[in-house]
Amino acid sequence: MIKTDALIIGAGPTGLFTAHQLKLIGLNCEIVDNLDKIGGQCIELYPDKPIYDIPAIPECTGEELTNNLINQLKPFDIKFHLSERVEEVKKNNENWEVKTNKGTEFSTSNIIIAGGVGSFEPRKFSPKECEKFENKSIFYLIKDKSIFKGKTLSIFGGGDSALDWAIELSKDSKVNLIHRRDEFRGTQTTVDKMNDLAKNGKINLFTKYQLKSANGKENLESIDVEHDNKEVKNLKTDYVLGFFGLIMQLGPIANWGLNLDKKHIPVNTENFETNQKGIFAIGDICTYPGKLKLILSGFHEGALAARGCFKYARPDEKLRFEFSTTSKSVHSRLGLKKND
Amino acid sequence: MPKITYIEHNGEAHTIEVTNGLSVMEGAVQNNIPGIDADCGGSMACATCHVYVKEEWFNKLPKKEDGEEDMIDMAFEPKKNSRLSCQLMVSDQLEGLVVNLPEKQV
Repeated sequence: MIKTDALIIGAGPTGLFTAHQLKLIGLNCEIVDNLDKIGGQCIELYPDKPIYDIPAIPECTGEELTNNLINQLKPFDIKFHLSERVEEVKKNNENWEVKTNKGTEFSTSNIIIAGGVGSFEPRKFSPKECEKFENKSIFYLIKDKSIFKGKTLSIFGGGDSALDWAIELSKDSKVNLIHRRDEFRGTQTTVDKMNDLAKNGKINLFTKYQLKSANGKENLESIDVEHDNKEVKNLKTDYVLGFFGLIMQLGPIANWGLNLDKKHIPVNTENFETNQKGIFAIGDICTYPGKLKLILSGFHEGALAARGCFKYARPDEKLRFEFSTTSKSVHSRLGLKKND
Repeated sequence: MPKITYIEHNGEAHTIEVTNGLSVMEGAVQNNIPGIDADCGGSMACATCHVYVKEEWFNKLPKKEDGEEDMIDMAFEPKKNSRLSCQLMVSDQLEGLVVNLPEKQV
């Protein structure tokens, strides 16, 4: 069981800056994120898109912002638990006990939910029968590509994941690539490569088609795909792969006893605490009158939530307000040399 | 204020007046119309404000910008007449607009 003063759920910009604020006031923290990388929506949804409304940064991309926030955390040794999703949150006396899907356990006086609009999950096929084939013959991510060798695969999607896998798997498998329109949003070189393979008969390309049904009793036998003009084709297939990007799902957060307003968590604006003592919510996931879903608002909310954590983590101490320009204790936490 | 009709997947219709300058998505969210999630808040980053627009209206709307069609690839059951309602700005030209909501957004 890992003991920490505050557990931050979400490694997006809000979670990262909040870690910095916690460390400046002398609290420890660890960060859990369901994605395999740091940066949250900034890195998953718009790494290359410029952001123009971060104070004092005229323009930066989601990736640059993330890298700057990681650099800002360098003086501190913060443990990240990536590719882990928090499943359970339970009260144990004064502390919260938290467990992830990988079995990591934490005991903490404070939880700060900086989870965007929940965790990123793959978007799935809409026909209901697809569920029963999921993880048997229908996949949304590939763990072991060797199972596809010599088989017939139907790959759906128009982005880089779908194209990259279609190209890669066409070496050893019969590949159908199916997309709802005839433009692909993948990078041009990848699209060109796929088109070459399609021309040479290595990939069977079906554009303007979507999945209509998945057929088979126990095992998947074939799929029906429907053209924009309603024409239906039956394709014999062993496996179906769907790459429709990631969507945000609130997930287990809904089970932690928090008040919810649609997919958001209501908080007070004094320290962004929820209806549960010691659980704070900041960034896109929180709501209060006047809430703006801006990164800068997340920074502000994190600064106040960090101070809100102090009284539970250090009940016998008094938090003094200090400026980073002048405070000796802040300087020592930042590892700065003493010049005076 | 233009009247906009949102028809849920179950057929229930909601006609509301939406202030010019708001998006069709914001009109729905501010009036608690079920069926529009708008997770990303209108930045064309999530495809959870997906609507279907009837043909006669579809052609009258301003064309999709780059990125909208890419995002619609990720919507639930996209069709030819799919739009993201966060990209549809309300103006007097949209008086009487009818949008149909998909069965779900995610």
